[in-house]
Amino acid sequence: MGFELMRDVAKPIISGFGITAKRLRREKATVQYPDERREQFPRTRWRHVLTRYDSGLERCIGCSLCAGACPARCIYVQAADNTDEARFSPGERFSERYEINMLRCIFCGYCQDACPTGAIVLRKDFELANYEREDFIYTKEMLLEPVRK
Amino acid sequence: MPKRVETLVLHDSATPVIGDIQKGGSVVVTNSKTLLDVGLNQARAHALWPLTFGLACCAIEMMSTVAARFDLARFGSEAFRATPRQADVMIIAGRLSKKMAPVLRQIYDQMPEPKWVISMGACASSGGVYNNYAIVQGADQVVPVDIYVPGCPPSPDALMYGIIKLQNKMKMQAMKTNKQMSLIELKPRVIEKVEA
Repeated sequence: MGFELMRDVAKPIISGFGITAKRLRREKATVQYPDERREQFPRTRWRHVLTRYDSGLERCIGCSLCAGACPARCIYVQAADNTDEARFSPGERFSERYEINMLRCIFCGYCQDACPTGAIVLRKDFELANYEREDFIYTKEMLLEPVRK
Repeated sequence: MPKRVETLVLHDSATPVIGDIQKGGSVVVTNSKTLLDVGLNQARAHALWPLTFGLACCAIEMMSTVAARFDLARFGSEAFRATPRQADVMIIAGRLSKKMAPVLRQIYDQMPEPKWVISMGACASSGGVYNNYAIVQGADQVVPVDIYVPGCPPSPDALMYGIIKLQNKMKMQAMKTNKQMSLIELKPRVIEKVEA
C-alpha cells in the first residue's frame, strides 16, 4: 500500500514540480507590456508620420502618388499651390489636406514606397486603438512631424 | 527623449475615460451611491472572458496574445469560452462576411448582459481592402462595437492595448458625470514614448 501510494501519487507530483523548478531558472518569456515594451522589429510598419526637411519645410508635395498606390484607398490628398508668402514645401505644390483612415489602412507600406520625396513614413507607434470611428480619421495636423528645434 | 505624462482625459460627458493606458496602482473614489457599481465594474474589468470567435487571420494574433510571450492572463482574460453563454467580451477577429453576419448577431444576442465587443483589425472595423459585395463594411453595422483596434493584423501588444482601453471604459461606466469621479494616484508613472 505504502509503496503503491509512493509510486502512483507522490512520485508524479514530485517529478512534475521538478520540471517547474527547472523552468524557474530560465529567462522569463513574458513581456510585461504596459510597463515595458518589447523591441519592435526593424521593418515594423505602424503609425504614419509626415516628415519634414531639416529646414522645417514639409517634404510632402501633394502629388497623390501615395493615394494611388494605396490598395485600401484610405488616403485622401488635396493639393494647393505654394506662394512666396506662404511656403510649406520646397516644390510647386503642397498638401492642403492630408487624411488617412486608420481603420481601413492595412499598414502595407506602399505609400512609403510610392512617395518620391520620402514624406510619408511608417513608424513604430502601435498604440492606435480607440472608442469612436470618427477618431480614426487622422488629419494632416496629427500626422505631421513637429518642427525640430 | 520626450516624456509623456499620463493625464485624465475626458472624451465626452457620457463616458469619462482615463488617459490612454492603464493606471498602475491608482484608486478611483466616488460617492457611495455608485460605489457598488464601481466595485462591480472593477471586478468585471479584471475578469474578461472572451468568446472564441476567430473569423480570419487576426485570430492567429489573438491566440498569440494569450500565449506565454504576451500572456493575456495578466489582465484576467485568458479564459476563452467556446459558448456565448459564458463569455462577456466578443473579439471579432477577422473579416466579417455577409453570410457570417447573422450568425455573429445571433451569438451576440446569446451572450449575457453586460457584454462588450472588440473589433479587431482593419477588416472587422471597416472592411479594409475588401471593399466588395461579400464583406460587411464594418462590424458595427451588425453589433455595437466598444473599441476598434486598427492594424492588419494588430500585433499582440496592439490588441492588448485595446483590451486595456476597454478595461478603462468598463471601470468608468458607473460614473455618469465628471463630478462623481475623483482619481488618486498612489504611484504616478511617467511612460516614455515609443521612438521610431
